[in-house]
Amino acid sequence: MLYIGATIFVLFLAIDEPEHKVWNGLFWVTQLFICINAVAKSFLQESRGRMLYFYSIVSPAHFVLAKLLFNSLLMLLMSLLSLLLFSLLMGSPLARPWSFMGLVLLGGWSLSMVFTFLAAIAARAQQNAAIMAVLGFPLIIPQLILLMKISNAAFNPVITFKATDLLLLGALDVLVGTMAVILFPFLWKD
Amino acid sequence: MTRPANYMYKSWWKILSVLLLVYTVIGGLLLPVPSLPALEETIRNLYFHVCMWFAMMILFSLSVIYSIYYLRGFDLKYDIYARQFATSGIVFGLLGYATGAIWMSYTWADPNNPAFQSFGALAREPKLIGAAIALLIYFAYLVLRDSIQDMDKRARISAVYNIFAYAMLFPAIWIVPRLLPSLHPGQEGNPAMNFKDIDGRMRMVFYPAVIGWTLLGVWITTLNIRVALFKEKKLSA
Repeated sequence: MLYIGATIFVLFLAIDEPEHKVWNGLFWVTQLFICINAVAKSFLQESRGRMLYFYSIVSPAHFVLAKLLFNSLLMLLMSLLSLLLFSLLMGSPLARPWSFMGLVLLGGWSLSMVFTFLAAIAARAQQNAAIMAVLGFPLIIPQLILLMKISNAAFNPVITFKATDLLLLGALDVLVGTMAVILFPFLWKD
Repeated sequence: MTRPANYMYKSWWKILSVLLLVYTVIGGLLLPVPSLPALEETIRNLYFHVCMWFAMMILFSLSVIYSIYYLRGFDLKYDIYARQFATSGIVFGLLGYATGAIWMSYTWADPNNPAFQSFGALAREPKLIGAAIALLIYFAYLVLRDSIQDMDKRARISAVYNIFAYAMLFPAIWIVPRLLPSLHPGQEGNPAMNFKDIDGRMRMVFYPAVIGWTLLGVWITTLNIRVALFKEKKLSA
């Protein structure tokens, strides 16, 4: 929370009222870093003892689904908050704020799904959040390109959203979820 | 060795690879090609540049297949296979960039065309981005491998990452480039597979070239695998 506030405040001090392309780029980069910081905690914070406890009471598929769900909700909240702060401090060049909000929620959800799974990998490798960035950035680039491309439509009332792009984004999320459920059992046992 | 029937120790496909590559170089440089504006004779680079990317994709795919094999039986041999195929894939990816850069300097980098004056404008090319993502993923795979000490754990975690990353790679290099404007041909559909795009005379060389380069990549990889297996044996003995 404080991280979001601080980041956006620094941006606010650095530039005021950027034009919409810059606004869009800054917004998604901020989202990316917020996501890494928020989601990395989910696995890296768990102590060994607590993992053993979870191991004894639930199946790995349930565990990873619970993690995905929790992180998705967390990220949705964070996305809304950062959108609010962005519009307050940096001005709002949005032509269609409601559809952009929907897109932000969808994008935040995608980011949190991917990074939850990568946090699991990083935690098993007993590494810090830095390796998560190394592993995650190449994976997240296509989604970010897609998101920025779609969200451009929200700044311009002439361009319409393409349903296929949104479907593609949704399909990617489903893919990540499925992969996580299939692959997590292998990460789980020590 | 443990499994003499293994394809690694057969020689017929290595001979085939050499023959196909000899045919590619001779045929690729001498057989007639259609003369297209801007491309002219540089189109012969198709037999080298595009084949590198094909070989890279096939090698990465083999790496993922061996990662899946590893997770099915936890046999460390497959982990070595997966790692070596990933490394060779990276080499072919870099060669693909190199051949592409040479080709580009004769076709796109026209000093009279203002759009191509900066490197940044060319680097925005979606296919370059897609290839960069693929290479970055496999660099990350190697970094991840080296950061884990325990051998079984390293094999398991990196296999999981390999499969996960490969699944995400599909949208990166097959869907996203088609959504963005590009200088490369084949915006709609499969460029090399489409029979309208590629001339019949070129197909006579192109398909053997793809097979030849891929077999060469596999050959290099099997040599690396055999060295790695020997090292493993020495350590355990």
